[in-house]
Amino acid sequence: MDQMIRHSKILDFAIMSIFRRRLKNLSIVIVFTLLTAILSSILFFTHSFKMEAVGLLADAPELIVQRVSGGRHALIAEDYMEVIRGFYGVSDVIPRYWGYYFDRATDSNYTVMGINRAVSGLGLLRGRLPSQEGECALGSGVAEVKHLDIGKRLYLLDSRRRVRSYRVVGIFDTLSRLLTNDLILLTEDDIKELFDIPSGMATDIVVAVNNELEVPYIAGKIKTTLPDTRPIMRSEILQTYETLFGWRSGMMLSMFLSSLVAFSILAWDKATGLSAEERREIGILKAVGWETSDILELKFWEGLVISLTSFLTGTIIGYVHVFFLGAPLLSPVLKGWSVLFPSFDLIPYINPYQIITLFFLIVIPYIAVTIIPSWRAAIMDPDEVIRG
Amino acid sequence: MILHPGVISLLVGSIVALSMLLYASGMGVRIISRWDINSTSSEQLSLERKTCLISTIMNYALGFYILSLFLFVYTADDLHMLFVGAMCATGSFNANPVGWKVLYLKILLFFLTSIWIAINRVDQRSEEYPLVKTKYTILLFIIPFAMFDIHLQFRYFMGLRPNIIVSCCGALFNEGGGVASGLSSLPEGPMRWVFYITVTLFLLVAGLSLVFERPILRYIHGTSSVMVFFVSIVSIISFISIHFYEIPTHHCPFDLLQGDYHYVGYAIYTTLFGGVLSGIIPAIFEIIKRDSIEDTIREAQKRYTIGSIILIIIFTLISSWPILFSGFRVS
Repeated sequence: MDQMIRHSKILDFAIMSIFRRRLKNLSIVIVFTLLTAILSSILFFTHSFKMEAVGLLADAPELIVQRVSGGRHALIAEDYMEVIRGFYGVSDVIPRYWGYYFDRATDSNYTVMGINRAVSGLGLLRGRLPSQEGECALGSGVAEVKHLDIGKRLYLLDSRRRVRSYRVVGIFDTLSRLLTNDLILLTEDDIKELFDIPSGMATDIVVAVNNELEVPYIAGKIKTTLPDTRPIMRSEILQTYETLFGWRSGMMLSMFLSSLVAFSILAWDKATGLSAEERREIGILKAVGWETSDILELKFWEGLVISLTSFLTGTIIGYVHVFFLGAPLLSPVLKGWSVLFPSFDLIPYINPYQIITLFFLIVIPYIAVTIIPSWRAAIMDPDEVIRG
Repeated sequence: MILHPGVISLLVGSIVALSMLLYASGMGVRIISRWDINSTSSEQLSLERKTCLISTIMNYALGFYILSLFLFVYTADDLHMLFVGAMCATGSFNANPVGWKVLYLKILLFFLTSIWIAINRVDQRSEEYPLVKTKYTILLFIIPFAMFDIHLQFRYFMGLRPNIIVSCCGALFNEGGGVASGLSSLPEGPMRWVFYITVTLFLLVAGLSLVFERPILRYIHGTSSVMVFFVSIVSIISFISIHFYEIPTHHCPFDLLQGDYHYVGYAIYTTLFGGVLSGIIPAIFEIIKRDSIEDTIREAQKRYTIGSIILIIIFTLISSWPILFSGFRVS
């Protein structure tokens, strides 16, 4: 108990002495906070983005087959479906019709998709899904920019620049925004006409497999039987995202490593350059009976208070920057130039792993560079110091 | 694979920690060769001041190795997504088996630095620092491990190639060859007996050494702590984990650390490591005992022995909880 009281008294003294030298400590706190804010933003942003992607892809088809012609994605003949359907272990084969539509009036891109068995699981719909020709369902983002609601009509230009109109029968809920924000759902016949897809062709093919473990084998079999196709497994997409975001955030972090070094030098400098007043203070403390280990403890508490304050403030700033402001400073770099996602609020997500990672990156170097200067201060001879 | 946030921070942290340790050991060498407590020279004074710095450095190093053990497991766990078929940290370690060595080394470093700090504490109680030379010899002994740790860590992360098909923990702990699968295939019934008998023996020996304070009992207590450590790890893989997961085929020792299982792994591993450590320390003290600090050491031994008994009891209770109270039964 006595020990505890002693520690808390020294901590108290440390906090007082930090306040007494506000200006000197403020500079280190600001730089420390800023650095933590940047690094934590990077970590939070990439992690949350990755989680979004993973969550999004959890409902994606296990296996998609595209046809590749001249290295580019091309329409796939529906005959291929019959071949694939014949493979053992394939439970269903569904053609998909989709494409992108650039709307000049609102300067935005929509994803137009034909309704089929595979998309019926989108859920969270106000109204209903289109069931007959001339009907459509919209994502909330599309409905917003085009000021549409159920019962109104949506006008689109087809590939021959003829106007086509569709009655809005359903709008996707904002909760499913990630999946449906820019989506326009039409019936299969409507989309074929809109994009002028020749009959007997589809954009790609979704293959449902009974046993998830068999997906790689079926993908391999499709590739050997139909050499001009490109089977894409969900797990491949997931791994690619994982690698990509890991790499991107690692890249950003290592760019900031140099500023970490700069910060360490600053911290070292601040810790070494004791003013005459501070030296006298330590001298007096020792003269009134403080031990070297007490001074070291005082310095330890000072460092801890400064680093925890800045670390926590920085982490909170990073959190606010990413999850409330949508990471305006980072997203252009980390998302890449081909923006894959509609605009959405990142779901706040924070775990001990990120905190420890940050702690290792920032606090440990800080401690390491301040430890020797504090010891130097602690072993000063009171007699010498006070006499100056 | 180096460009992953967790990997970068592990490597940065390890390099910082190693450089601190190297600095400390550099001074340690001078202390070993020049130390003379009866001398009044200024050199002796400066050496005495340096011991203070070294103990601070070592305290930080211990903190670092504890955190780095967790960060390493976390990172491996986070990386598993990159490997086809890997489901948790086990899969990442299998993707490049050097990972297992890093893990063992980090555990060893945790024990070594903790023991060093325990010795340092009793040493500083005495005015003559009777254990100074022993202490710094042990410090020099720790350095190669810390270097090896960085080396293996580099090798592990450099050697990871995403997308290699690896056996996931389901495959590793269930079938096929290898030590790990051998551990989990140890039949649950007998393993349970071994676990509870070992723990009971441990508690018995600890109690005896607490009462009679004989050197031989201290040594047996230390040895039995090491045994408890290995038996417990094997038991966690063999039968304790499956009761927490309530899946008879899931033997992974790392998933316990995840939020899905209420982070119960932290309680399990903290009490186990702490209990084993405080069981080993009295035996180490027995070896390095000097007349001048006998009382301090005896008192410390008593505290550690009591600590080891309490921690191992808590560990056993937590581990037995689901076995006793959940509806899950392996028959």
